[in-house]
Amino acid sequence: MWVNYQKIGEILKMKNYNLVKNAIGRLVPTEINGKSYVPYMGVGKYRPTGRKYAPLISTCADYPSDGNKLIPSLKEALIKSGLRNGITISTHHHFRNGDLIAQQIFDIAYELGIKDLVWFPSASFECHSTLIKYLEDGTINHIEGSMNGALGRFATEGKMKGIGVLRSHGGRYQAVQDGDVHIDIAVIAAPTADSFGNATGDRGPAACGLLGFALADSQYADKVLVVTDNLVPFPCIPWQIHGNNVDYVIKLDQIGIPEKIVSGTTEITKSPDRLLLAEMTAQFCEEAGIVHDGFSFQAGAGGTALSIGTYFAEMCKDKSIKARFARGGSNKYLVKMLEDGLTDYILDGQTFDLEGVRSMRENSGHINTSPFTSYNYHGKGNFSSMLDVVILGATEVDVNFNANVVTHSDGYLLHGIGGWQNCLFSKCTILPIPLFRDRIPVVKDEVTTICGPGELIDVIVTERGIAINPLRTDLLEKLKNTTLPIKTIQQLKDEGEKICGIPAKPKHTDEVIAIIKWVDGTVIDTVWKIEK
Amino acid sequence: MNKIASAGNKGKGVRSDCFISIEILNDSGIEIQLESKVKALYGDSIIKLAKEVLSNFNITNAKVIIEDFGALPLVIAARIEATIIQLIDTDKEFLTPFLEENKYKTTKDRNRISRLYLPGNTPSLMINAGIHKPNGIILDLEDAVAPAKKAEARFLVRNVLRSLNFYGAERMVRINQIPNGLEDLDYIIPHNVNLILIPKVESANQILQVENKINEIQKKKGNIYPVWYMPIIESSLGVLKSLEIAQSSKNIVAMAIGLEDYTADLGTKRTMEATESFFARCQVVNACKATGIQAIDSVFSDVANMEGLKQNVLKSKSLGFDGMGCIHPRQIKVIHENFAPDADEIAKAKKIVNAFLEANEKGLGVVSLGTKMIDPPVVKRAQKLIDMAINVGKLSKNWRDIENEKL
Repeated sequence: MWVNYQKIGEILKMKNYNLVKNAIGRLVPTEINGKSYVPYMGVGKYRPTGRKYAPLISTCADYPSDGNKLIPSLKEALIKSGLRNGITISTHHHFRNGDLIAQQIFDIAYELGIKDLVWFPSASFECHSTLIKYLEDGTINHIEGSMNGALGRFATEGKMKGIGVLRSHGGRYQAVQDGDVHIDIAVIAAPTADSFGNATGDRGPAACGLLGFALADSQYADKVLVVTDNLVPFPCIPWQIHGNNVDYVIKLDQIGIPEKIVSGTTEITKSPDRLLLAEMTAQFCEEAGIVHDGFSFQAGAGGTALSIGTYFAEMCKDKSIKARFARGGSNKYLVKMLEDGLTDYILDGQTFDLEGVRSMRENSGHINTSPFTSYNYHGKGNFSSMLDVVILGATEVDVNFNANVVTHSDGYLLHGIGGWQNCLFSKCTILPIPLFRDRIPVVKDEVTTICGPGELIDVIVTERGIAINPLRTDLLEKLKNTTLPIKTIQQLKDEGEKICGIPAKPKHTDEVIAIIKWVDGTVIDTVWKIEK
Repeated sequence: MNKIASAGNKGKGVRSDCFISIEILNDSGIEIQLESKVKALYGDSIIKLAKEVLSNFNITNAKVIIEDFGALPLVIAARIEATIIQLIDTDKEFLTPFLEENKYKTTKDRNRISRLYLPGNTPSLMINAGIHKPNGIILDLEDAVAPAKKAEARFLVRNVLRSLNFYGAERMVRINQIPNGLEDLDYIIPHNVNLILIPKVESANQILQVENKINEIQKKKGNIYPVWYMPIIESSLGVLKSLEIAQSSKNIVAMAIGLEDYTADLGTKRTMEATESFFARCQVVNACKATGIQAIDSVFSDVANMEGLKQNVLKSKSLGFDGMGCIHPRQIKVIHENFAPDADEIAKAKKIVNAFLEANEKGLGVVSLGTKMIDPPVVKRAQKLIDMAINVGKLSKNWRDIENEKL
């Protein structure tokens, strides 16, 4: 049951929100940016009906029969694609902090005097903070995607015209597939492409690995543009993006800055505290019986997660077993596991270093995946729920195991959701996090922003103790004789606060600056404006 | 112009610390300017704490600037106090809470395989030191603290001894060289320091000076905690006098060798083979064993070279050392694993201990293993070895029950 919670206040009246309390007790708006949204109803409770969204029917009669869709400039292609006020333009974060395309798109829009665009990136990076000027002058109305660093500060201080929408990678696919988001123009930056629009990310000067985040856009957007700096004669092999979905191809001199796209060296952490966390997590997995022949795991690219991966590799070697598959961002450590025969497959969702890119080209066991195969909740199953264990980060967790990954404890947007929410459906979700960071306790009574419901989060590993979700009686039983410091989540909270002091609750206004979507498209929480 | 004083650290990479500057004014009350990355969460409590410290020293008019980088209250209080004592004459102190968990004693013969050095003026390295489970932590007031920072480090180390939990590690402080180091004792002895490291010792007299000063403080404060000493031998004179030094007090539980200074004193270089210090190490080990105390080896300074550390530990163990210093938490495990008895040693010790316990159960006075009689010192040594194996996690605490279950 939702309680209708009508707030009274000048700002609220002005913005005209209707706030309701959702199933996890958070106040969320039911309508923003002129669209209505369904409040979160609980895990697996929202069952949409109807059919998927579909792009317009095209006809080959409108496309050159020689397959050559080259257009001389990005500007011309955008105009031909119907660039106009108020439309939604999507880009992707395959180039991470080395992206040169989003900037050019909005430079062109600004030059043409276009206003109120919605930017729908699969994620934003620090390099995109230059777009703040377009958010200020109204070229861009709002961002539906992650907002970090300067963009996060800008949005959190209420300076964005519209309201932000944050989705997981799977949630982004779901939103496009279900028609929650209609993409007018998708611009796909492709490290290698042919003039028909077939494109791949695994080679070329701006090689970034795979292009999975652009899959939905290529399938559902009204107009699809492929931008490349490495045009090859048809056919571009392999084709990660089908040219049959592409309207125009544009050749530019440079589309990304290679050293900012993939790191030459992803490194495991050198921090002794993080290594200890990794060691404890690995030991936990071993004692819980997770590391067995044929197991599967996903660990992120952060220093702690990387080192947990290397501990898994060592365990496999010691026990003469191997993993069936490792999912997630690929990097040199996973590649080594694959090439040493310690895992049958890498199911790659995002390629983090040059070794990953090389392996993708060379190893038949290195497989491209996409948010559709791995994460989409409105599909007939997905890969993430099959994982034996996933290792994730969090900025905060609360005594009910709810976790936050998007805001800092002071209320500012800090990270995107990434695949985080989607991975919570694995068989065992572990968050290795320090008990406090620079005096800020990580375990709280209530998290600033709920991104994941506690019922899906199984284990919190901190350097001072490990809390197992009481729902996981099986894990509690398996670990009952362990030498690891098993504590309750409440004990962890008390211990952190004893060291750091009890933090004050940061003040925020009643103005909504962004909403957090759950994997099924419902709204799980709200991010509020902070007065600077 | 009013005098302005400051204390603490700031600048790139500074975390868990703060920088304080205070100007005492004639009127206008207390004005506090706070810049902090945790202001939204702890701004009010930082200001409240600052006012408490100022009021403790009867300061009613001052301008205080706090630049905070996520410092814990014990750090903020130490920094403010260190600033205040530069401005006023006082014998007052502002003491942070003494955690009950910190009021433990250590025994003379406990394991001292690893002891982790922590620079005495760098809070970020102290906060998580205990979670790495070294046998001891050393809050270093000597070489790891710049001369200009020595005074403020004392307040920090004092507060840390009271308010930071090291989870059972033996709480050690390395004081400055005698005679300067004697003054350090005022700040640490009343706060349950378990062991004092005395650097660059060259005579028994230096130990006696420390002992007298400690007795004096303990008498004044009515302190009952025992304080052990670990002299560090760091010169050729110290090496030659090592027996006399080891025998100088019953509170000496271990003696360490410091090879950086020793090799400098010899006019030679420290090498991986360590031939240059072979004599000194043997001399120190022998002085220790002759006196019945533990011999502790010098630190291995290449923190990235774990294999080198392992070889160093094995050599050290073979010379008769009982432990070694470490300068990075990752060294602890390597030191424990390699100082600890190996599988063969553990198997042999288990047999001896089992034979002893079985003989006891049967009420036999004589312990024998096969056809061999076992003397009590052999049993004792075996038991100690078993304890150490348990301590470093190479053997389960209830190994006997587990093995009996298997039978």
